[in-house]
Amino acid sequence: MASRALPLSPAHGLSIAIAALILGSAAMVAARAESFALAPADWQAVRFTLLQASLSAAISSLLAIPVARALFRRRFAGRGVLIRLMAAPFVLPVVVAVMGLLTVFGRGGPVNAALAGLGLPEVSIFGLHGIVLANVFFNMPLATRMLLHGWQSIPSERFRLAQSLGLPPSAQFRHLEAPMLRAQVPGIFAVILLICLASFAIALMLGGGPKASTLELAIYQSLRFEFDLGRAALLAAVQFTLCAAITLAAAGLTLPQGFGAGLGRTMQIAVPTGWRRGADGLAIALAALFLFAPLLAVVIKGLPGMLALPNGVWPAVVRSVSVAALSAVLATAVALVLATGAARSKSRSIELAAMLPLAASALVLGTGLFLMVRPFVTPETVALPITVLVNATLTLPYLFRLLLPEARQVQTDYGRLTASLGLPRRTVLRFVTLPRLARPLGYGAGLAAALSMGDLGVIALFAGDGGATLPLFVQHLIGAYRLQQAAAVSLILVAVSFALFLGFDRLGSHYADA
Amino acid sequence: MHGFSIADHFRRNLETAMNTKLLAAGLAVFASQAAADTPTLTVLTYDSFTSEWGPGPAIEKGFEATCGCDVKFVTAGDGAALLARVKLEGKDSKADVVVGLDTNLTADATATGLFAPVTATPNTLPVPFTDPNFVPFDWGYFAFVYDKTKVATPPTSFTELAASDLKVVIEDPRSSTPGLGLVLWVKQAYGDKAPQIWGDLADNIITVTPGWSEAYGMFTEGQADMVLSYTTSPAYHLIAENDDTKAAASFTEGHYMQVEVAGKLASSQQPALADQFLAYLTADAAQTALITTNWMYPAKTPAEGLPKGFETLIQPSKSLLMSAADAEAARAPAIAEWQAALSR
Repeated sequence: MASRALPLSPAHGLSIAIAALILGSAAMVAARAESFALAPADWQAVRFTLLQASLSAAISSLLAIPVARALFRRRFAGRGVLIRLMAAPFVLPVVVAVMGLLTVFGRGGPVNAALAGLGLPEVSIFGLHGIVLANVFFNMPLATRMLLHGWQSIPSERFRLAQSLGLPPSAQFRHLEAPMLRAQVPGIFAVILLICLASFAIALMLGGGPKASTLELAIYQSLRFEFDLGRAALLAAVQFTLCAAITLAAAGLTLPQGFGAGLGRTMQIAVPTGWRRGADGLAIALAALFLFAPLLAVVIKGLPGMLALPNGVWPAVVRSVSVAALSAVLATAVALVLATGAARSKSRSIELAAMLPLAASALVLGTGLFLMVRPFVTPETVALPITVLVNATLTLPYLFRLLLPEARQVQTDYGRLTASLGLPRRTVLRFVTLPRLARPLGYGAGLAAALSMGDLGVIALFAGDGGATLPLFVQHLIGAYRLQQAAAVSLILVAVSFALFLGFDRLGSHYADA
Repeated sequence: MHGFSIADHFRRNLETAMNTKLLAAGLAVFASQAAADTPTLTVLTYDSFTSEWGPGPAIEKGFEATCGCDVKFVTAGDGAALLARVKLEGKDSKADVVVGLDTNLTADATATGLFAPVTATPNTLPVPFTDPNFVPFDWGYFAFVYDKTKVATPPTSFTELAASDLKVVIEDPRSSTPGLGLVLWVKQAYGDKAPQIWGDLADNIITVTPGWSEAYGMFTEGQADMVLSYTTSPAYHLIAENDDTKAAASFTEGHYMQVEVAGKLASSQQPALADQFLAYLTADAAQTALITTNWMYPAKTPAEGLPKGFETLIQPSKSLLMSAADAEAARAPAIAEWQAALSR
């Protein structure tokens, strides 16, 4: 149908625009370079980056499996709240989260107090294990939520069938859950690997020293301190290559689930009892403890300063919320077009373009955009529109990754039917695609909004004296030694991010359940 | 409302009030002349300079009261990011003045050829300062800050620190100016023995943060016994928070200095106004404002002296500072030594 008649679908057009933005900004940086050479320590940084990222991605994905499965099978008071709260670590600004983790796992924290109580030596959080711990804290909830979507995407009719056939849990796992995991886990692993690849502050704060140097730090150093644009461009190229390789490898490993269509009904299915019940309970309890203790620390630390909030915090909230909401809407619209386009298309080009922003260094992107817009406008005057564009671009891969499996499912289940009926694409979108994608759309838009609330590192390049966003405001407070106020404003940042996330997420579930 | 001049405001009001083409055209000429009469001075500076708690607001207000101009701040991260921004913009930069480089960066800045000579201003720095392109506006000594209630006997040298089991948090010299200052401090104090000192310090350094904020935050959260900061940091806690538990450890090797400087871009369309700003920045009113906003020593001690509380700060026996050229030459090898010693 239409997809074949059109030489360039909207999805392909958008893919080209994204690639142009990401690669173009890197090219702008490269064009200004005088020489191209990597420093000897850069390859060591590449190795370390890959090591910490793959460990973090593997542990996050593996731990998420029992947690997501337990959350899928069990019903208990507070389950909905728990699932929603699980997004909180992911949307925390890195510096705030690291401080929360330090309170729990650092010196004088409850973990070391417990170890001391058992007569064991103090464990330092700093080092490779600390980086992995922080990355798992950030990404395990994301993996859990993605897997939960996966479990929910198995038509409940299949579970009923398995039950009526009297399949034991192990056979049920082999026939229903394993194929789903096979379809989902490579993509989830890849997305977390890519997130950890670009992590900068975590590795630097918890790494314990220059051994823990990452690619992103090398880019930061070359752009900020040495103004070695050639090296920055080369490092960006290395990062793009790694990203492309990982995305393609994950895509190659992903197999379609092929359960066929269900009626999309939610049915309570009988769940295994006995020791499995205890194991599920334990998985949920441990995950909740691991994720919420540092969050609680952030809340406790922020409360004392709430009574004396600095002037200017509310305008900063308004500025940040507007940027975040606009970015989220833009990213969601683009991701929907790309995901449905990719589900229809056989080639991997759309998928690659949608994942490309994950490999983009925010600093290279910002510098490139700065060079692009400067001949035409004063950079300070476009700080907020540029931030919206950059945030939308950088959050696109998360949304895309959330939408793609279900968009594929819709295509597999209904593609031939809607094509044979000759339904216009708009009708398909409205009556078939959107209702099925409502849940991940809402969740993804929420994530995108919350991530945009945190500093994605570009605004600093463009900022004039027009007023700070919330993360910059926190930076200003810390820079002025006002740590208590900074903790309070961080808490506001966390609360507002989370409220935005919840708003979008609820909207999604509301439409899905309707 | 900065950057939105009164002339603009005036023009808009009049334009909406009177609608004839002729008048509007006449007014546009009038307004553009009025705008030309109120020049804008663009000051490129680091982020925290212009924050509500930084020196920016007071200096802007004070200078605008005398210059008949509009001061507009443009910010870029920290000192190092500032220089990168200057290089990125090159000859067609809209900035007139750059405030906030330090002497470890000035050789690099001078080499760009983008800075114009400035008139030297009087200063009370503990070391002689001469640079044809830059004037100092404040300075501080790097030091390890600790909590007196937790560390009873602070180390008195790098060797004592290395021999102790105190845990310190430092900043990365590749991403922050205090981190770079520390590396140059050890280099100037120990020369060829610097790698040895770093090797000995390795087990005291719990982590290296990207910037000062993260390091200082970890210290106040109790994750480390000491943090690389300034001898003036305890003054903030004492004066603003009435908390006298923080102190800086005095090292017998002497303390390396950070001297923050300002310069004028050669491309500035308003060199006279830029000179006037640099003179204002280094005179008493701005210098007084800097002490309790940047929490550094003023480049020239104002007539009324330092605020009460500063007399409690440690006075280093020896002031260390490499010349701009030496610092530039030492930077890359010193960072490489640091990296090698701490990566082992």
